[in-house]
Amino acid sequence: MAFYDKIFDVLGLTTWCGEGNDGPMSMAQLLAKSRGDANAEANSGIPFPSLDNLHESCSAIPQTRDMTSGLEDVFLSAKDAMKVVLDPVTQPLSWALDGALWAFLAVPWWVLLPALFWLTWYVSRSVGVTIFVACAFLFLGVIDHLDAAIQTLSIIFVCTGLCVILGVPIGILMAKSNTLQRVMLPLLDLLQTLPSFVYLIPLIFLFSVTESKLYGIAIIVYAIVPVIRLTDLGIRLVDKDVIEAANAYGMNARQKLLGVEIPLALPNIMAGVNQTIMMSLAMVVIASLVSAPGLGVLVLRGIRNLELGVGLIAGLGIVLLAVVLDRTTKAALARINVTHENG
Amino acid sequence: MTRKTQLSIRGLYKIFGARPQTVLPHVLAGMGKAELLQKHGHVLGLQNINVDMKAGEITVVMGLSGSGKSTLIRHVNRLIEPTAGEIEIDGQNILTLSAAELLRFRQTKMSMVFQKFALFPHRTVLQNAAMALEVRGESTSEREAEAVKWLDRVGLAGFEGHYPHQLSGGMQQRVGIARALASNSDIMLMDEAFSALDPLIRTDMQNLLLELQTELHKTIVFITHDLDEALKLADHLVILKDGAVVQQGEPQEILLNPADPYIEDFVGDINRARVLRVRSIMHPGEDGDHIAGEVDQNATLESVIELSGGDTQKNYRVCAEGVPVGFLDMKELVKALVPAHANASRSGDIR
Ligand SMILES: Nc1ncnc2c1ncn2[C@@H]1O[C@H](COP(=O)(O)OP(=O)(O)OP(=O)(O)O)[C@@H](O)[C@H]1O
Ligand SMILES: [Mg+2]
Repeated sequence: MAFYDKIFDVLGLTTWCGEGNDGPMSMAQLLAKSRGDANAEANSGIPFPSLDNLHESCSAIPQTRDMTSGLEDVFLSAKDAMKVVLDPVTQPLSWALDGALWAFLAVPWWVLLPALFWLTWYVSRSVGVTIFVACAFLFLGVIDHLDAAIQTLSIIFVCTGLCVILGVPIGILMAKSNTLQRVMLPLLDLLQTLPSFVYLIPLIFLFSVTESKLYGIAIIVYAIVPVIRLTDLGIRLVDKDVIEAANAYGMNARQKLLGVEIPLALPNIMAGVNQTIMMSLAMVVIASLVSAPGLGVLVLRGIRNLELGVGLIAGLGIVLLAVVLDRTTKAALARINVTHENG
Repeated sequence: MTRKTQLSIRGLYKIFGARPQTVLPHVLAGMGKAELLQKHGHVLGLQNINVDMKAGEITVVMGLSGSGKSTLIRHVNRLIEPTAGEIEIDGQNILTLSAAELLRFRQTKMSMVFQKFALFPHRTVLQNAAMALEVRGESTSEREAEAVKWLDRVGLAGFEGHYPHQLSGGMQQRVGIARALASNSDIMLMDEAFSALDPLIRTDMQNLLLELQTELHKTIVFITHDLDEALKLADHLVILKDGAVVQQGEPQEILLNPADPYIEDFVGDINRARVLRVRSIMHPGEDGDHIAGEVDQNATLESVIELSGGDTQKNYRVCAEGVPVGFLDMKELVKALVPAHANASRSGDIR
């Protein structure tokens, strides 16, 4: 008989507990089953008074699996209502992602590549960085990975763009309101530490795996954190004396924000954008589990089919993209820093 | 010489803390700064400040660190809200202004110069100087013309395209002054504007300010913790201690008749011969005997000593713009060089 029977007897709760009827599997059974191990070995000594173990003695006490399936039920029942709201709201994301993918692939390479090089030059104003970027893309082209790299790049562009559009205003609001900051900081910590696969679970329930917004949301939710954090920090770090001067000369809130706070927070915001790009790149591989195209698909294929070379080369491509994006944004950041240096 | 009062502060109190209104009665009943902090956890910033500032004069507010100087000057443009009291500017109670009116008021009536310059690091010198006009919404050409004019006036012609971090501290503060002057407002607030500068540059800047003032006649509120600077610039001197005014008046008058030991200490180390002027110690009206010559009423005692060659027997006729207004006894002059001790009866009625 189960270990805790006697305790319930002593407490006189046997009738309340009622006769044992079979509920769902216990956690131990579940784990054992997923190990492919039929008989869960009996624990020696005193078992921990967990829900499962207490349930064995008293069936009125719920099992842990009841809790997880309860969570599932709650989610499933709310799913339709959430879909009604979330589907139309997020639909533009699908269009943006698909549109960008289509556009990037429709443009012939001899137009696209020079355009990318010019863009690099425009934001970095650095000959070295531009030459490096050119070499990186030409190399990817030579080894026939250009299309996949461009797909990945287009996803990054769209997601980073949205991260900035959403993240900067949130960061500004956080900097203005201590209450909002107190609420947001734990949430941001949660988003940053939650394993990236866990994001996908509710998303897969909500949207069909073939929709691009599924991976779009996953990437944005994961990568938006640094932009928000650093915008908040940047605005809070703006020199109090300068803000006081702005107030003393009668600047209104809009003039202060656009004319003083955002320009002075720009180095921090840009550092946030840089990190956001790096994080979306990390997420893009995981997102290919849910149909995101690009280099991630090749990495995944390498893992799934044990095609070592394919996986490694695609991985190298991702590293190259990461370095390219990092160098370019860092160069842009350095350029801003020169004019913002505080004497 | 009587000028009209432009800025008037009446019964001003400022208490820092969570619930200033609830502890205000204690302060009104006479509780001091230390006791308030200990018993109620509130900081007494200012207590019962009554100051009139005249149009076209430099009012200097002086006090040691923490005496509430910055707090006081920030009430004038309502960067800090008072706990109790009134502030009137040109007859208007500025505490009743709405948010929009307050912005307009700061844009047009006031300018401010800061101890740490507080220039916009991401804007050029020209854009910084034009800032006040930009806020007001004036066109680029108009405001830049004005900014160029004032930059030139403070000696920064040719630096328009530089960024603040490319300039020395003294030059940055000149930009700060140009920014304030370009706003073309009557009242100029200067919070320890020269304290961050080295002594030579500081003297330069003081001279620049006095020179500009003879021409512009702004109403200037100048904060300093340096008595020499205060005496050099002040038309009206206000001395703060622990958030209260201990003495205010003509600087020469304060120097000759300090109201309490705190001020005596303050003025003890000063070179009185260089600061005191003939007009403060002369006898008005009748001529004395043994007139050895004429001196101007604004001459410093130092220059008179030099003139007399140290002879205490001599008397001088005092003139204002060539017209005799009194006479000066050299013995009086020598006595005035020794700091007077405040008599106890005076120190009570100032507070
Ligand atoms: N926001 C605030 N909260 C609490 N106390 C304050 C605040 N601002 C000023 N004080 C207190 O008010 C007093 C006067 O401060 P203030 O800055 O006006 O001094 P100050 O005369 O300008 O000194 P300094 O020469 O160092 O600039 C100080 O005791 C300070 O601690
Ligand atoms: Mg101060």
